Amino acid sequence: MSVFTPQPITHGAAGQSSATALPLRVRNLHKTFTLHVLGGKHVPAFHDVSFDAPAGGFLGIAGASGSGKSSLLKCIFRTYLADSGSVTWNLTDGSEIDLVQATDDEVLDIRRDEIGYVSQFLRPMPRVTAIDLAARPLVERGMERAEARERIADLFARVRLPRDLWDGLPVLFSGGEQQRVNLVRALAVAPRLLLLDEPTASLSPDLQAEVVTLIGEARDRGTTLVGVMHDTDLLNRLSDQVIVLDQGRRVA
Amino acid sequence: MSAIATLPTEMVRHDHVASRNAEQIALKVENLEAQYGRGCSACHELTGPEHSTNVCGQCGTVIACADVSFAVRAGRTLGIVGESGSGKTTVLRCLYGDLNPAGGTASLMTYEDGRANLFTASAQVRRRVRNFDMGMVYQHARDGLNLRISAGGNVAERLLAAEWRRVDQIRARAGHLLERMEIPRSRMDTPPSAFSGGMQQRVQIARALANGPAVVLLDEMTSGLDVSVQAGVLDLVLELQRTEGVAMVVVSHDLGVIRLLCERTMVMKNGRVVESGLTDQILEDPRHPYTQLLVSSVNA
Repeated sequence: MSVFTPQPITHGAAGQSSATALPLRVRNLHKTFTLHVLGGKHVPAFHDVSFDAPAGGFLGIAGASGSGKSSLLKCIFRTYLADSGSVTWNLTDGSEIDLVQATDDEVLDIRRDEIGYVSQFLRPMPRVTAIDLAARPLVERGMERAEARERIADLFARVRLPRDLWDGLPVLFSGGEQQRVNLVRALAVAPRLLLLDEPTASLSPDLQAEVVTLIGEARDRGTTLVGVMHDTDLLNRLSDQVIVLDQGRRVA
Repeated sequence: MSAIATLPTEMVRHDHVASRNAEQIALKVENLEAQYGRGCSACHELTGPEHSTNVCGQCGTVIACADVSFAVRAGRTLGIVGESGSGKTTVLRCLYGDLNPAGGTASLMTYEDGRANLFTASAQVRRRVRNFDMGMVYQHARDGLNLRISAGGNVAERLLAAEWRRVDQIRARAGHLLERMEIPRSRMDTPPSAFSGGMQQRVQIARALANGPAVVLLDEMTSGLDVSVQAGVLDLVLELQRTEGVAMVVVSHDLGVIRLLCERTMVMKNGRVVESGLTDQILEDPRHPYTQLLVSSVNA
């Protein structure tokens, strides 16, 4: 049996592929950093990017280093504020919200209930063990701590995180170990949208394969995925559609 | 050692109960203004970040804060960062009634359903709201505690103010809260003057929570503590966030503390808010020159 049983507390959102065909619509998104510390220098991140992410599909974003891929994901998650354009997200209840304009509290609700983000870097919380760190989003959604830890333990086993690390502090882990904690943390809650920034970058090929399987299972449950990867072979294998950025512009 | 194991179960409200309440705005502040001095018609024009001062060049009045607006939901925490003198502590002092604001409004969900302005309420009403619905942790224990009466007495003082009358209940509640703050019952009758800095701050937190407040204000609560002691205090606050469903406002100049405790952050300079947003956005995509300087100065 899959460890990914749909969760009652997510309003049954994940797994229902009857949702709108285009849960995420990005239109004319634009981002430039103005660095006042460097005398007002402008650093363009990306320009006039538009795309749709199909429900329950994997949209890949390809491009060279510095082409704006990661910035684009951060803008969708609102870690970066876009200068103009819109990121329209279809909420579970069928209504729409523009994540560029949404209030902070609305974005926090959506992050808790619907949208996950995984980068290649884990941000450990001081003094919180790996298993509790990964279980936190589940607990925030109302699951009992013991049950949440059990679910995380299943997933840790699948990504072959050594058992003696489960109650260890992730700040002391290797990059690959941290990355697995990060992935498990995001995948466990079965978000409706998952943003993946180089989710397999520091993993060995066999672990990569396991992560690819987990991502595939998430998609089968109805999670929409948007992913950035350097490994074009892997990206093409995973994606239903690939868009390409070059110097901040969409070229394909 | 995790704080969780030491929490008596009856105190732990289930997490998603807290998040269900979370749709409500617990505290709303609009155009808060405070000043030291008589003020003149040019004060507003001549102060603020664009003048790099909060002192009016015409009349010498200090505009400690102006045009400060924000709202905090139940169960969420707002951070206020800024350099010394930016007005962040003033905001807390106005809210808690330690200082009279010159203008603006503050409404509390628990006071007249948020429809009335706390700042224009009578002194008696303000005191009542403070005693029943608010808690405050000061930077210096001497401001928040009576260092000469017992730790338990410090907590009991707040319970008496909130009209608890039965001595046995007061003593039980005080002992329970202190224990939760990892202060053993055997030290309950010791005055905080005999405690370490970290313990004093934990007594302050117990005191701030005594009346079951809707809003807790925390002013640089870990500033004077060494890092390992800070950690213990911060862990307790994190645990409270998960279990109590209170709205918190955390003032700190330590971006590490802000990142750990606050989902949202407001940046102040020279008495004004220069920027506010999600904490990760403020730290990773700061827009105002001052915030960029602040963030680039440290590795939070």
